[in-house]
Amino acid sequence: MHERKDVVSSPCQPAANKPQLTLRFKIDEKDFLIAGESASKTKKALQQLGLKQEIVKNIAIIVYEAAMNIVIHSNHGEIKIIIAPNQVVVLSEDVGEGIPDIELAMKEGYSTAPNEVREMGFGAGMGLPNIKQCSNELDIKTTVGLGTTLRATIYLNPADTKQVETGTMYV
Amino acid sequence: MYNQFHAVRLDYEKCKGCTNCIKRCPMEAIRVHDGKAQITQERCIDCGECIRVCQNHAKIALTDTMERLSTYKYRIALPAPAFFGQFKNNENIEDILNSFFHLGFDDVFEVALAAEVVASIVHKYLTAYKGEKPVFSSACPAVLRLMQIKFPELLGQVVPILTPMEVAARMAKEEAQKRTGLSQKDIGAFFISPCPAKVTETKNPISTKQSAVDGVIGANLIYKDIVKYLAKNHHETSPRLNKATSSGIGWGYITGESKSIGYGTSLAVSGIHNVISLLEEVERGELKDVDFMELQACTGGCVGGPLNIQNLFVGRVRLRHLIEKQTNQTSFYTDKELSDIYEKGTFKSTELIQPRTIMMLDDDVSRALEKMERIDQITNNLPGLDCGACGSPSCRALAEDIVRELALETDCVIKLREKVKMLAEEILDLARIIPPSMSDTSPKKEK
Ligand SMILES: Nc1ncnc2c1ncn2[C@@H]1O[C@H](COP(=O)(O)OP(=O)(O)OP(=O)(O)O)[C@@H](O)[C@H]1O
Ligand code: SF4
Ligand SMILES: [Mg+2]
Repeated sequence: MHERKDVVSSPCQPAANKPQLTLRFKIDEKDFLIAGESASKTKKALQQLGLKQEIVKNIAIIVYEAAMNIVIHSNHGEIKIIIAPNQVVVLSEDVGEGIPDIELAMKEGYSTAPNEVREMGFGAGMGLPNIKQCSNELDIKTTVGLGTTLRATIYLNPADTKQVETGTMYV
Repeated sequence: MYNQFHAVRLDYEKCKGCTNCIKRCPMEAIRVHDGKAQITQERCIDCGECIRVCQNHAKIALTDTMERLSTYKYRIALPAPAFFGQFKNNENIEDILNSFFHLGFDDVFEVALAAEVVASIVHKYLTAYKGEKPVFSSACPAVLRLMQIKFPELLGQVVPILTPMEVAARMAKEEAQKRTGLSQKDIGAFFISPCPAKVTETKNPISTKQSAVDGVIGANLIYKDIVKYLAKNHHETSPRLNKATSSGIGWGYITGESKSIGYGTSLAVSGIHNVISLLEEVERGELKDVDFMELQACTGGCVGGPLNIQNLFVGRVRLRHLIEKQTNQTSFYTDKELSDIYEKGTFKSTELIQPRTIMMLDDDVSRALEKMERIDQITNNLPGLDCGACGSPSCRALAEDIVRELALETDCVIKLREKVKMLAEEILDLARIIPPSMSDTSPKKEK
């Protein structure tokens, strides 16, 4: 398989002189393969950084589900994985319809996925609940008609929960 | 330092340094330096991909030779199920088994028969199983080694039962001991193998403390002698040597194991790169509705093993013919015997398969992050052709090697060319400068 060139990673502005790294994945509409690819590239990087198995697995799931949601429910977007020594933040930003009722969307089994997507085996309404389960903090901001920003934080060390600078632009 | 036996090796003389193998290796374990391929031992899972792809036959599998037989008083051959599919003119398992007696063996025990025992144990294990699904087969050692490194969090779902090879060795030795009165150390069990990973698994096992297999003979090594013998002699023996049924022999190719176990929903996947993408799916929490997953590193399963003689598709069709012709359809062991084996737990793996964290850049997360940042910067600066001419499998792999201090940026031919070009231009510029003694713009003249 040829390597995709739409995946770039670049160092972010460090928050408090701590090293910080950002992986970025551009997510296009209807690109059903990009979610799996982003998740496995994230996983490889996190394994190289020596993070715990459990944490690597959880972050890979968050990236996959968030990317899948962009592919299925929005127009296009980007996922950033910001890695700092004390935490990892998965930031998913998209341009799209937004989520009218976040509380409802968070319910297990709630899905507005169209039929053709369900036929492909997606749309069980488990993505967001899964993301919640895999993260320490989850924050979703959305504007109907404009888009959605999802920010999931995973602490690598429960004692150190100082926020990192992610440069988010909420829609 | 990692210092353990690996069966897959390089034949230094034959290697031309062509870089074909470096991209095929699923573990990015191979580099070409100084015109020769080098395998990073701690990354190698003995899958044999590099053996298959090397046109110079420079990648080899270290197996035992027939001379090793002489170290034992009583020698038992343990032919793998896939071995029966290797013969062109002779499609009779009985004759193939019989030929081992003429090659220096005192006994022969079909691994396919042990596979039937394993299938029954796994079926019972799955029936009682309440844990996370799917459950993975433990039969392919290359897949287990892959999981140790890349999918450590799935190791708990591997069925904790020994492989048919291991079970065959234990059963055969116990039987032989009873029959001959010899002590264990005088009895040698030799696996007739399509696969280098099995060699590694016997010398350096990961799911048992010590393997009961005393030697591994490559199928390629013994093949000719058996063909020669079969060409001259055809007679079925009595009592029958062939005790395995089609269920056990089917383990020789992909899906055979699942069919033989026959429990619930199963999924069979072969080819190491396919196995990796499937495990990635499982890791994301997909496929929880699958009860059992049969995973084989070689495309097609064991018939696709790199030590086989026949093309995988030919081997597979021959094995299928044999199975269809198989008249022997009643299991050698009774249900009661099989239940007793399960209850006793004799063939449970005694060791938990341990994860191996070898991909790490540094023990310290902060330093690892800095290193990864540098890897990114270097990667972005490289041409992105993934041409392999530097000896690393991709530009990013070269960047990693640079940061791990195993390579230099100028190992990249294109970077080197840029540098040479820059130097050449500098030299030209220098050459254009006329020494003051010869130039007419010298301050003296201006006066
Ligand atoms: N990025 C998004 N933009 C717009 N709507 C979204 C977005 N993400 C989720 N939703 C809405 O929230 C619902 C629930 O999302 P969730 O990921 O839990 O389930 P799903 O995507 O429908 O199914 P599954 O994730 O199990 O395949 C979606 O059906 C959709 O209506
Ligand atoms: S045997 Fe497999 S893992 Fe080992 S070097 Fe060859 S291709 Fe790589
Ligand atoms: Mg979803």
